[in-house]
Amino acid sequence: MTERERIQKQRGERSSETSAEVSVDATKGDQLKADLDDLLDEIDEVLEENAEEFVRNYVQKGGQ
Amino acid sequence: MLTNGARLYVDHAHPEYSSPECRTPLEATLYDGAGEEIMRRALEMANEDLPPAQAISLYKNNSDGKGNSYGTHENYLVRRDLEFAHLIRAMVPHFVSRQIVIGAGKVGAETEPALEHNPAFQLSQRAEFFEEVVGLETTLKRPIINTRDEPHSDAERFRRLHVIIGDANMSQTATLVKLGATALLLAALEEFGPEPFPAPPRSPVHAVRAFALDLSLREAVPCDDDRSRNAWDFQDELWHLAARYVEACGAGAVGGPSEVALVMAQWREMLDGVLDDRPAVADRVDWVAKWRVVEGFRERHHLAAHDAKLRAIDLQYHDLRASHSLAQRVGLRVLWDQADVREAVHNPPPSTRAFFRGQCVARFPEQIVAANWDSVVFDLGDGPLQRVPMLDPLRGTHSLTAELLETSATASELLDALDR
Repeated sequence: MTERERIQKQRGERSSETSAEVSVDATKGDQLKADLDDLLDEIDEVLEENAEEFVRNYVQKGGQ
Repeated sequence: MLTNGARLYVDHAHPEYSSPECRTPLEATLYDGAGEEIMRRALEMANEDLPPAQAISLYKNNSDGKGNSYGTHENYLVRRDLEFAHLIRAMVPHFVSRQIVIGAGKVGAETEPALEHNPAFQLSQRAEFFEEVVGLETTLKRPIINTRDEPHSDAERFRRLHVIIGDANMSQTATLVKLGATALLLAALEEFGPEPFPAPPRSPVHAVRAFALDLSLREAVPCDDDRSRNAWDFQDELWHLAARYVEACGAGAVGGPSEVALVMAQWREMLDGVLDDRPAVADRVDWVAKWRVVEGFRERHHLAAHDAKLRAIDLQYHDLRASHSLAQRVGLRVLWDQADVREAVHNPPPSTRAFFRGQCVARFPEQIVAANWDSVVFDLGDGPLQRVPMLDPLRGTHSLTAELLETSATASELLDALDR
């Protein structure tokens, strides 16, 4: 077992009384999705307001 | 020249930071981070002088999305007696394939050959701009192996390998693996010669572009030994070669044992992760981290693959301003924390001649008329200029010069002490 798998299992066991493989994977998947949802909420807030104009005006002149 | 031994200047139309010489990949990763912080501070200072309606923003990336690219260059000293043909033969496989681990990712395409494929996303910022295998150019007809050879040290002992094909990484772990893996393979080449390296692709330019376009990582290309390899195959073979080198020689040429072990472990985990478990490496592999938010955002808002908002996410991933940076929000692992980086903004690495240069710039700025990679020139006001040569990058270190610098109250005392 790799160290990563071990860590994931420990996490899974902590957050779920039944520590079957399936529930470990489901917990992990749900957690990742929740993390991504939070991240996307944040991106909605900080993303440049006028994306079209921002992308259009982003021009580099010269460089290696 | 800065007090941390780096250079900061304007290249064509953008600010450019050249880190001080570093002895190990972890150290170089720290000074790459210091460069980001220096740029951030310069940006804040410049914006204070601008009218409220105007502001400068800065991005650590490699293209503007309109066909204009600018590089993130790496430089390695290699032994002069290494045949250049061997260097090309051995390193081309790495330079075309390492993007699967260290590519910074890009929404869409911007050169004709890549636009024909109309990709939603590519692994690398830089790959599609390469048109030659070997050459001297850096702004057009860019080569996979660049021949610029100014070692800024004893040219009879060293050649400089000027690598122009890398992406600007926001992930510190990616920077570590980019520098560490490349340095280990160069050291393995110096030790074993080119024979144990995987045979290069028959068409390296096709390979580097095709690999960038293939998010499945499965597309294989024909090689000089009549086998076919995909980018992952190349990286896997190269990892095993580096492991063999570390086993046989200990890799002291690249770094200490624990640092080399970290490079090897991260390279392996990232390589396995991009193939089998991408969520597990979204905290280290820039293209995976970026693609995850691009795809997530596209699905949430039901956008087309080339929507301007997705291109904006791509650009903003590399924004250096904390208020805007997406890289700072995606949960990338940190190898050096802010306190380490703040120290490195001001202080040089102890392990190379950058220590002496940085300390001289910090302590005697009034007396220095020029500071270059391989010399510092003093004007004491009473006689000719005095040049201190620093041809050996591994002298002028903390252990060799710290005491001398501490006991010299003036530039004049320092020069007298150096003469003795």
